[in-house]
Formats: sequence, structure tokens, C-alpha cells
Amino acid sequence: MKLPILTTCATLLCSTALADEIWVTNEKDDTISVIDIETLEVVRTIETGERPRGITFSKDHSVVYICASDSDAVQVMDPDTGEILHDLPSGEDPEQFVLHPDNRHLYIANEDDAITTVVDTETRTVVAQIDVGIEPEGMAVSPDGKIAITTSETTNMAHWIDTETQELFANTLVDSRPRHAEFVKDGSELWVSSEIGGTITVFDVATQAEKAKIDFEIANIHPDRVQPVGFEFTNGDTHAFVALGPSNHVAVVNAETYEVEEYILVGRRVWHMEFNRDRSQLFTTNGVSGDVTVIDVASRKAIKSIKVGRFPWGAAFRPTN
Amino acid sequence: MRRPIHVLRVLFCGLALMSPDASSAEVSVAIHYIKQIVPAPPTLSNLDPIPEDLGLRGAELGLADNITTGRFLGQTYTLTVTEVAEDADFASAARAARADTDILVLDAPAEQVIAATDLPGMHDALLFNAGAADVALRSDLCRANLLHTIPSYAMKADALMQFFVARRWDEIALVAGDRPDDMAWADTLEASARKFGLKFGARKTWAFDADMRRNAAQEVPLFTQELGDYDVLLVADAADDFARYISFNTWRPRPVAGSEGLRPVAWHRVVEQWGAAQLQSRFEELAGRPMLDRDYAVWAALRAIGEAVTRTGAADAAALREYMLSDAFELAGFKGRPLTFRHWNGQLRQPIPLVHERALVAQAPLEGFLHQRSELDTLGLDLPESACTAFGN
Repeated sequence: MKLPILTTCATLLCSTALADEIWVTNEKDDTISVIDIETLEVVRTIETGERPRGITFSKDHSVVYICASDSDAVQVMDPDTGEILHDLPSGEDPEQFVLHPDNRHLYIANEDDAITTVVDTETRTVVAQIDVGIEPEGMAVSPDGKIAITTSETTNMAHWIDTETQELFANTLVDSRPRHAEFVKDGSELWVSSEIGGTITVFDVATQAEKAKIDFEIANIHPDRVQPVGFEFTNGDTHAFVALGPSNHVAVVNAETYEVEEYILVGRRVWHMEFNRDRSQLFTTNGVSGDVTVIDVASRKAIKSIKVGRFPWGAAFRPTN
Repeated sequence: MRRPIHVLRVLFCGLALMSPDASSAEVSVAIHYIKQIVPAPPTLSNLDPIPEDLGLRGAELGLADNITTGRFLGQTYTLTVTEVAEDADFASAARAARADTDILVLDAPAEQVIAATDLPGMHDALLFNAGAADVALRSDLCRANLLHTIPSYAMKADALMQFFVARRWDEIALVAGDRPDDMAWADTLEASARKFGLKFGARKTWAFDADMRRNAAQEVPLFTQELGDYDVLLVADAADDFARYISFNTWRPRPVAGSEGLRPVAWHRVVEQWGAAQLQSRFEELAGRPMLDRDYAVWAALRAIGEAVTRTGAADAAALREYMLSDAFELAGFKGRPLTFRHWNGQLRQPIPLVHERALVAQAPLEGFLHQRSELDTLGLDLPESACTAFGN
């Protein structure tokens, strides 16, 4: 039989192989599926703590951080061996986080506690806890590291944190159930998606004023089902690819005109996404269908579905050389 | 007349975490929640007692959610709670509450809700019905100052029928209790079955007075034998008296739905998707028990108020009502879609989970049930079906 041999190979040896990888957290399987970008197949499945959601690599990719929400921990894993090195104090129910450009501080959304926790990954201590709105989720840090953002799903705000004082300096309303935030265009704009509101709000970072609002409309799908969640930007921040939840589509948004240019059909309840190295391919996590859709960015077409674990949630890119 | 037995004040006066750009001036919102204590009729089993704090805990959680949001905007909320004793007068409690605020959440049977809503001086207040599922309140007995956050019997019945249509369970039989609530629920189920083109067969009234804990195995098969053949047996038992003894004891091996088996609900602990797990755990932490239908309806009323205050910066009944009935309003209710109010009768549109005790079976509206306005309007009284004229439609 071929399969077990391959699996063994993957576990022991293939970490030194050349192919880059996409790491996908499976919320209801307590695992990570590792996709080989060359073969577009799952080559490893790694156990994690309970209900893994947010996932991100350190800047040098030497460790991977995983929000194990129901274990109330951020786990630090050696990506070569899949071994948990240690847990970080994360506060309760960590859902999503972002690593500061200093490669040292993690900003963690504690969903059940209405708190953002700042953890020093070197000393493994909590540096600050900041009161934010209910069900914090989306997390972002500006490229210069001066501003961190938490979005709160029930309070419906983006909370602006001064990373020097670890205090809020602004709170801006967005539409219902904000899920994801990203700084773009050298940190001059902040984009926030609102799942139930069905929009993305674009803020001017300097003034925290709303600059644009992006709406989505898919033929034959009721607007209620068009629910933006995760999004990522192509090279040069010219276009955003936006996951639209239970509409099972990803939108391609022109980041200059804020207009939608295309809708791409993917798996069911698409949540988050990640690019490969040169951003020619995009990998989306589809929660309900339990798979990952691979999109060819140039042609804007879905080229493959890859079966992963149950309820894939987050995705992160790992270069292997 | 006795005074309301229990008045609890929950006040908030913390420091507002004002942000430099918060445009709204100080806004203070007073909400009064009034609950009528209704004696539960005696039931065959006491396995599932009705929590004494039903509804109240939903109010507390909704208040806490509003306060957290409000502190970033300089908006404060206070909640006053009145529990009206069994033999005390609900309308008097409502009149007293109206002296303090024009935003009231009512958790009471339909008769009391109407009595309170029709009080002099109440016409310019904003009231929420979070306890009465009666269809008439959304139709000929509707009131312009009354919005409904609890789903009607009609919404629940339609949700079930959509499921039967999807499964092709075309032939339906029904067993109903003999209390007025049972009859109302049964009539609504029957009307809904006919609306969806299902074959409605035999209907029997449960009028036993035997203790079915001992006799279910002997009596239910005989009782249900006369129903003839059918695909699914509906049970209408609003007080949760006998329904639990029907499952697995029917003459024919058939699924049971309605008050037992597959149940349409506003909320249930098995609802986990759409971020609901977060709401469930917040509620559990607060109340030490799962969130139930009426907790959810009261929570939704508080949150609808909070959402309207957040977006408008207003705190008066007229402005909030106008915003809630406008296209701009939407509430994130952890059911996968924005919840909005029907402009013809003030009912909060919402998906209806179909559950059994251990899992979510489906969530209505089911795929394929379409509507020109919103798929959610395939549940309950649609504009042409409602006799309500108070909303000016």
C-alpha cells in the first residue's frame, strides 16, 4: 500500500522539500492540514489544541502561532516537527491575532471576554489587556507598527489602539458583525469587513474617517447571504479578494475604484484565505464543505478543491526555502 | 390588588470611554422590562421545570451588551425590572413604568400585552412583545406602538411545513391538547399545512387524565391507531404536558414534530453556527443555564433598542421606532442573517431553527422557498395575509 509510506515520508523528511505550503486550521477537527503548493495535496495533518482558528507564522517562519480557542491558549509550534513547543498566556478564548512588525508582540482578540491581550512572545508574558467591544475578532497592525486594530462583532466597531501606550485612541462604527481588518496602501487605508452588514468599510487612517463603503451584489443570491469575512490583497494592493461566506463566492474588488470586478464560485461558506509566494494563487477555506478552493489569480478562476478537515477556518503561507 | 412583588434596579453609571471622534453627545436610555408571572399548569412530568428567571436573564445580557457598546459612544443604558405577581394587575405595572420611560419590553400573555399597549399615554411609547406568540397580535389585534421580537406561532408552523415539503412528508396527522393555547397552536399548524399544500388528515384531541408516565406504552398506540396512515405526527401541547409520551409509542412507526421531537424554536442550546456559540457561552456564564426562546426574544428586544440608539444617537421612542422600521435597521441575531422588522405588523423577521434535544436539524427558511422581498417572509404572516392596518400599509 502506497499511502502510509507517503505519509511517513511527509512527516519525517518532506519538511526539507522545496515546495511551499499552505497551513489550514480545522476548527472542528482540532488539526492543521498542510497543503503542498506544487501538488495541491494535503501532505501532513498535525494535531493542535481544541478549536484551532487564527494561525500565523513568525516573520522568519521558525515557529507558527495557533489560536486554540477552546484550550484558552495560543500554541507555539515547531513547523518542522509539528511539536507544540509551549503555550503563550493568551487570555480566554483567543480567536484571532496579529503579529506586530517587531516580530515579538502578538495582539490577540479574546472573543468571550471583550478584551484584546498583548503578549510578549519572548518573555511569554502579558504586556497589556485592553477593554474593547463585545466579541473582538478582526485584528490588524499598521505597517509602521504604531496602530493596532481590533474589530468587535457585537459592538460593531473598529477599535484603534496606540501600540506605544496600549490604549484606545479612537472607536469607529462599522456595519453589523465586523470580522476582518487589514491595513493597505502603506498603511494609509484600513479596510474592515462586516459579515451581517454585507459591506467593507474603508477608513482613511490619518483621520479615522470613513472614506468609502463597498457593497456586494451577486445575481440570484439574496443580499442577506452575501456576507464578507476574510480578504487579502494582490501585489501592489491593486485588488482585494473578499470571501463572501454563505454566498459561496469570492469577490474581486478594484482597490482604487472600490468596485467589484468579478465573483468567483468557491466552496460552501468561504471564510478566510491566503496567497502563495508570488500571489499567483489564492487558497480559500470553505467552512461548510470542508475544503480549500485554489484560485488562479490571473484568470480569476477556481482551479481545484482540496479536501481538508472539518470546518477549515484560518490559512497561513509557509515558504520552505 | 397587590403591588408588583419584585422590583430590581440595574443601574449603570461608569466612566464612558469617550473617543476623540465620538460624535454623539451624552445619551441616556431607560428601558423597563415587565414580566407577568404566569402559573404553569400542572403537567405529567416535572423533568423540565420552567426557569424562574426566564426572560429576565435575556434582558440582563442584552443590557450588558448595550452598555459595552455604549461606553465607547458616551451612551448609557439603565434597565428596570418589574415582575408582576400572578394575581396582580399587569396594566397597572405598565402604567407605573410609563411614568419613567417610553421604552418598555413586555413579557406576558397576549391579553395583558394588549391591555398594557392600549393604556392612555402609551400611544407614543415604544413597546416590545417578547412573550406572546399569538398570531392575532400580528394581524387584527396589532398595535402601531408594539413590535414583536418573539416569533409567532405562524412563523414556527411555516418553518416546520417547509421542512416537511423538503422531505416530502406530505401527509400529516395531529394530536392537540384541550387547553386554549394548544388549540391555537394546532389551528395554526393546520392552516400552515394547507397553505403549503400538504394533506392534512386526522386530528384528535388529547383529553386523557391518566398519568401517562405509567401508561404511555399502553395508551398511546391505541390512541394513535385511529389516526390512519400519515408521514409525520404533529403534537400541539403548549404547556409541555403530554407530548413527551408520544414519541416511539405511536401505532405506526412515524416521526413526531411540533411540541415534541422536531420542534421549531426561536432559540435553543443546539444552535451553534453563525457565531451563536459566543452568545450561548455569554448567556451560560451569566445565567448558569442554557438560553431559551423567551430569553432570546427579550435579549433581541434589548439589542434592537441598543442597535437603533448606536446608529441614530437618539433615545426617544418615536425616533427609535422610525429607525427600526426603516430599511437601514438590521440586527445581528446570531442566526446567519440580519434581522429586520416587518413594516406591516412590527414582527422581527428571523430564521427559525428546527431542533431536537441534541442537534439542529435544519434552519428555516429552507433552500428553495423564495420570496420577492426576503426569504424570511416565507415564514409567518406576509403583507397580504396580515389584517394589520395600524402601521399604515
